[in-house]
Amino acid sequence: MSSPVTTPRTGTTTVSVRGVGKSFGPNVVLRGVDLEIAGGEVVALLGANGAGKSTLIKILAGAHPDHTGEILVDGEPVRLASPSEARARGIATVHQRVREGIIPGLTVAENFAFDDLAAGGSGFVVRRAEVQQIARRAVEVLDLGWSDAVLRRDVATLGISDAQLLVVARTLLQRPKLLILDEPTSALSSAEAERLFGVVRQLRADGLAVLLVSHRLGEVDAIADRAVVLRDGRVTADVQRPLSWSVILPAMLGASAEGLKATVLGEEGPAPDEQPGVDAEPRTGGAAVARLRGVRLLGESPPLDLDLNGGEVTGIVGLIGAGKSELAHGLFGSAAWPAGTVEFPDLPRAPRSPAEAIRGGVFLVPEDRADQALLPGWSIERTLSLPFVTKVSGRLGVLNGGGERHRATTVIERLGIVARGPRTELNELSGGNQQKVVVGRWLVERARLLLLDEPFRGVDLGARRDIGDQVRAVADAGGAVVVLSADVDEVLEIADRVLVLVEGRLTLDSPVLQVSRDDVVRAFSGEVAR
Amino acid sequence: MTSTTQQPLAESVRVSVGIREGIVRYGFVAVTVLLVGYFLISEPNFRTSSNLWGLLVYAAPVGIAGLGVTIAMTVGGLDLSVGSTAGFAVSLAAWTMVIGNQVGGIAIVVVLIAGGLIGLLNAALIVWARIPDLLATLTTMFAIMGLKLVLVDGRSISSRMTLEDGSTAPGRFTDGFLYLAQGKIGPVPFPAILLIVISVLVWFLLERTRWGRLLYAVGANPEASRLAGVRVGLYRSAAYVAAGVLASVAGLLLAARIGQGDVSAGNSLLLDAVAVALVGTSVLGRNVPNAWGTVLGALLVTVMVVGFSMMGLPYYVQDVAKGAVLLVALLFSYTLSTRRATLPGQPT
Repeated sequence: MSSPVTTPRTGTTTVSVRGVGKSFGPNVVLRGVDLEIAGGEVVALLGANGAGKSTLIKILAGAHPDHTGEILVDGEPVRLASPSEARARGIATVHQRVREGIIPGLTVAENFAFDDLAAGGSGFVVRRAEVQQIARRAVEVLDLGWSDAVLRRDVATLGISDAQLLVVARTLLQRPKLLILDEPTSALSSAEAERLFGVVRQLRADGLAVLLVSHRLGEVDAIADRAVVLRDGRVTADVQRPLSWSVILPAMLGASAEGLKATVLGEEGPAPDEQPGVDAEPRTGGAAVARLRGVRLLGESPPLDLDLNGGEVTGIVGLIGAGKSELAHGLFGSAAWPAGTVEFPDLPRAPRSPAEAIRGGVFLVPEDRADQALLPGWSIERTLSLPFVTKVSGRLGVLNGGGERHRATTVIERLGIVARGPRTELNELSGGNQQKVVVGRWLVERARLLLLDEPFRGVDLGARRDIGDQVRAVADAGGAVVVLSADVDEVLEIADRVLVLVEGRLTLDSPVLQVSRDDVVRAFSGEVAR
Repeated sequence: MTSTTQQPLAESVRVSVGIREGIVRYGFVAVTVLLVGYFLISEPNFRTSSNLWGLLVYAAPVGIAGLGVTIAMTVGGLDLSVGSTAGFAVSLAAWTMVIGNQVGGIAIVVVLIAGGLIGLLNAALIVWARIPDLLATLTTMFAIMGLKLVLVDGRSISSRMTLEDGSTAPGRFTDGFLYLAQGKIGPVPFPAILLIVISVLVWFLLERTRWGRLLYAVGANPEASRLAGVRVGLYRSAAYVAAGVLASVAGLLLAARIGQGDVSAGNSLLLDAVAVALVGTSVLGRNVPNAWGTVLGALLVTVMVVGFSMMGLPYYVQDVAKGAVLLVALLFSYTLSTRRATLPGQPT
């Protein structure tokens, strides 16, 4: 048991997770998670991207019956083989995307009653009176005070927070023992979020167990009785209120105090070959390759000025929603910022499309490999040459198969990609090798600015080191490299300069040698205390 | 011990996967060869060389329109307007020559431009107005069918026909235009040559040039293509323009074959063209739209149609056979194949 100090405040333990593990192919996502959630308690589940939070939630929601370990409800082992079984056991989940939880075109009342309608219990004919009755009950559950006129409206006319409350109320009609709220406030304003949390406090008082997943640390601070931190599929902290952020943040972001310091300062660190991509002498950058002026990454974030310099690796740490991807896509020309400009001193103008960016030597490894980089059924050589297909084709656009093969063989050797050959399809490769291909295609041509958005997610240590070495080589050749990640470890391993991004604002900008773990933590927690 | 008991099992699994892949890959080639063999033996008429070239002549309009659909399918789309575009081409060619009193060459140029413009309209609806491809090309299909009837007052146009005011139409189908269907180079009929040439060109475009590569990229994952610097909108537009032009070429062949501007011509071409492109996707197990597959699909359908009619089977039996072939092709592509595919309606 990872939390011997935990004693439920009120009520009995309702849901226990014991030694739960889960892998997707070779990718281990959960490595023996223990978690107790008691009635009358709000537990926050924290962790960076890829820590395993969503997988754990999905297991509890019955979406991954093939996990290891066991789940107990009121001390009785249960097998959650399907979402409906999870609901029957009293575990109800409100998923992140509110709009997916409602059915547009139906009225508010029909949406409240939808679970009953879908279950078919009400027979073939939908009885209006019955629907209205279910809806009124739901309204009472949360004390929403919605009139019959509101119930008759099309659900699409509801605001996002009302829609969220509708989904919560509908979920509560099933009288769950455990309510899982997955990023419930990601689409809400702070006033709307406060309204939802008023409801959560009321539910807690009624003895319900609540598991809250949120990246907004401020609201976790405001409402959670306990915080459980996941990192790399393990529980790394389990703390009671008052929540100690100096414990939670390092557990979330990685590395113990000593380990972090050692990585950064090179004091009695692990052997060099165990440290992926570490350069003994972090360098300071050369001339600015890109100058951002007055850039607002998110709608409400303040303007930001930033110079990205050639010859150095800039590591930017930020949680989801901090504006990391927005920063990268704005530089790459694939999305526009709400405000601000960027100047590339060596280019006639800032790229306005990915095609223009690539011609100018500005490259991006996007965050989501499957959706943004992989082409189903495509081989390594084709995937590698896609951005530079003009370089492997002659006049009249005729492809030069030999040139393409040669290019692929070079990348395969340089990055140590494990594959039968350049014609192997990418879906036959492991995640780490797929990522090597996706990064490797930007390493053949000379990069002015190489942006890597979460390049190490789902990548094993060996692949991480191989990628890190090659990325370092790009900076050595004079290019500016930007690594964006939610993982402090990854960034400190590779960066010469460390930035911390919190909700579109830079809260830290320092050479890696002058930054300590405390600085990084403070850069995050300054935001929490706000 | 475990290894000895597991080995045969693993072996048999591998063999069954191998058989399944083999059927998916070579099934259609085998069926085509068997059908041709059967008809060669059982139907003496099938054997004459004019008839074997005749197969290619018959297959040409369907094959060429099917190659257009194939190109639209490479970018992950589908073009339902090819049939009406071909039909429009038939009437437009007749109108240009008979009413407009122009020579065949002018008619051909006018028709090709019209086909390109229809493709451009599809591209505008799909790329610029962001209407889903099936709905956009369905709309175009109806609009073009209507436009054709407006152009010719709902009538078939024939050489020297009598006009509404009692006068005789000034022009006729020129010999040069009729050469499209009736001409020969040596023993080879012109439509057969056209089919072969266009097939090779489309194959070369798709398999050997960077434009073909990028068309496939757009179909496989538009967002990944965009982030790799591919101008996705441009390539999708170009695909629909190419489909429109090829459909109008098919229309020219039909017009020259019939020798008049039959208003009903081209109507059945849509289903045949889409069907052979889908059959072509499953041929050779590649599970992506491809030129050879489409041509082979067109030949298979043609062999069936010609062979069945020689056997004296009624024409509607052909439709049943075509439907069965398409169903089998779709089962190959969507159900049996173990390869991930770029197919219409497939979530990416």
